[in-house]
Amino acid sequence: MSATAPAPAPSPDTKVDERLLKTSPLRRLMGRPELGSVVGAIAVFLFFAIFADSFVRAASLSTVLYASSTIGIMAVPVALLMIGGEFDLSAGVMVTSSALISSMFSYQMTANVWVGVLVSLVVTLAIGVFNGVMLTRTDPPSFIITLGTFLMLTGMNLGFTKLISGTVSTKSISDMQGFSSARDVFASTLTIGGVDFKITILWWLALVVVATWILLRTRFGNWIYAVGGGEEAARAVGVPVNKTKIGLYMGVAFGAWISGQHLLFSFDVVQSGEGVGNELIYIIAAVIGGCLITGGYGSAVGAAVGALIFGMVSKGIVFAEWNPDWFKFFLGVMLLLATLLNHWVRKRAEATA
Amino acid sequence: MTTDGDGMTTDAGKTTGTAATERAALVELDDVSKYYGNIRALEGVSLVVHAGEISCVLGDNGAGKSTLIKIIAGLHQHDAGTLSIEGEETRLTSPREALDRGIATVYQDLAVVPLMPVWRNFFLGSELSRGTGPFKRMDVDRMRRTTHAELLRMGIDLRDVDQPIGTLSGGERQCVAIARAVHFGAKVLVLDEPTAALGVKQSGVVLKYVAAARDAGLGVVLITHNPHHAYLVGDRFVLLKRGAMFGSHTRDEITLDELTRQMAGGSELDDLRHELERSAS
Repeated sequence: MSATAPAPAPSPDTKVDERLLKTSPLRRLMGRPELGSVVGAIAVFLFFAIFADSFVRAASLSTVLYASSTIGIMAVPVALLMIGGEFDLSAGVMVTSSALISSMFSYQMTANVWVGVLVSLVVTLAIGVFNGVMLTRTDPPSFIITLGTFLMLTGMNLGFTKLISGTVSTKSISDMQGFSSARDVFASTLTIGGVDFKITILWWLALVVVATWILLRTRFGNWIYAVGGGEEAARAVGVPVNKTKIGLYMGVAFGAWISGQHLLFSFDVVQSGEGVGNELIYIIAAVIGGCLITGGYGSAVGAAVGALIFGMVSKGIVFAEWNPDWFKFFLGVMLLLATLLNHWVRKRAEATA
Repeated sequence: MTTDGDGMTTDAGKTTGTAATERAALVELDDVSKYYGNIRALEGVSLVVHAGEISCVLGDNGAGKSTLIKIIAGLHQHDAGTLSIEGEETRLTSPREALDRGIATVYQDLAVVPLMPVWRNFFLGSELSRGTGPFKRMDVDRMRRTTHAELLRMGIDLRDVDQPIGTLSGGERQCVAIARAVHFGAKVLVLDEPTAALGVKQSGVVLKYVAAARDAGLGVVLITHNPHHAYLVGDRFVLLKRGAMFGSHTRDEITLDELTRQMAGGSELDDLRHELERSAS
């Protein structure tokens, strides 16, 4: 062995090393999941800075950040779920459900609104668990399972609200105990340097930080990438695949709870038909942010930037005094570019020598 | 390389052969059967795995190799016969349980998650942590360093353990998976066709690491349909055909020619040879 082994052994090793040295620096730069979205965000910002005079004012930027944050609060957990290889089409109406539960429980029980807020948290998380358990116990793709939940929640939102309130919206709870403190937490406005900032921006940033920490520095984060990138491989090395997925659906439910409470305490009254269609906005924000639609790749920061692009485009069109019909067009362009970029990234990352 | 490898395995086989009779085998399957509904996937298969030995399971496509692997790995449970681990009769209910009992399986396709960095793959499912409570986190530095060191020990010098494992070659990925199993203290290594999709050189590299794992005292189950690869490193050979066992030999009982002949179906190969000789002349 001493005569034959050393001769062939170094040649494949050194050959591999040379090949890696040549391509690695470029790969590392281009391999960041956020890269595309950050470049896109800068481009969109410059575009509206040039074409909409009022866009770069502090007050306008605060409005943009508020719009971004309401999407971002949901886009971040939805992105985590997508990295884990699944979808949640019920995410949009779940926000409305969460707000309705909170409002109606407090009103009907004449309880402190905080009781309603906590009941809403428990019930919303339970919906998330339901999605996760249904998915992991049965075979159909999450697209179908959560489409079912989406329809069920849409029906229940309208049905229960009409049954209990007699109308399609909830009763006002602004005069109830605890309303002002709950409003402070979920829907207050902070003034920094003469500019008003909505508190949802803080919730959004906090979620991004927590989600990034989870993804990059915890075992659970490692499992999220693994169940999305190779479910069978993950299962084979002992990753609790089902628990990870249920956890991710609970994460989406938690985001829906924050969004729902914000909705309730900023408008006091909740329209039971709201939220339909928003689930696609969250998914689009995550995809623009570099999450692979097939799972296993992406970042929380990217999803946040995706939400920011969303906020800039939706408000930028208003500041530019254009017809808001163009919003969807811009969105489509962004989505297409992001998808093509992601596709290319995946092919490159998965290419085997 | 062939003759040297042979010499090594015979030596190892002799020394452990006598010791193995005194203590229980690491894994022993006795008359194991598995049915999927009315389909007989495996019937009456026996297999012994000793420490420091390589037991090869040979068979053509559809012979029941995958079913056998799944029973040992804890993905499926056997319907008849017994499975003993270190002399204790048992029934594995999950891959995690198999891992906890020291049985690590390296699958041909699903050994790794292609998009994840090498070090995340290496520690997947067994991540190192530090800190407590909400600040409990993965010890990324230690995991990176360990991965690099363990792979270097096996002769893979990665410039960057952060590169997606999908960018490694097939042989390197197999080696990472084997290194991972050895690092996590596996007593039994189950390899599912580790050389199936590889070229000659890469197969040689992988077989070298299989032999290295054996020399480190592990029991190895090598599943393959290549009798040449099996005979290079194997101590025992079990032949499967259509879900049944039709041969079980130790190394001294069989030659490579005979093994190849049996694998190809014995008389069928003779016929084939006659046919080819005629057409050649």
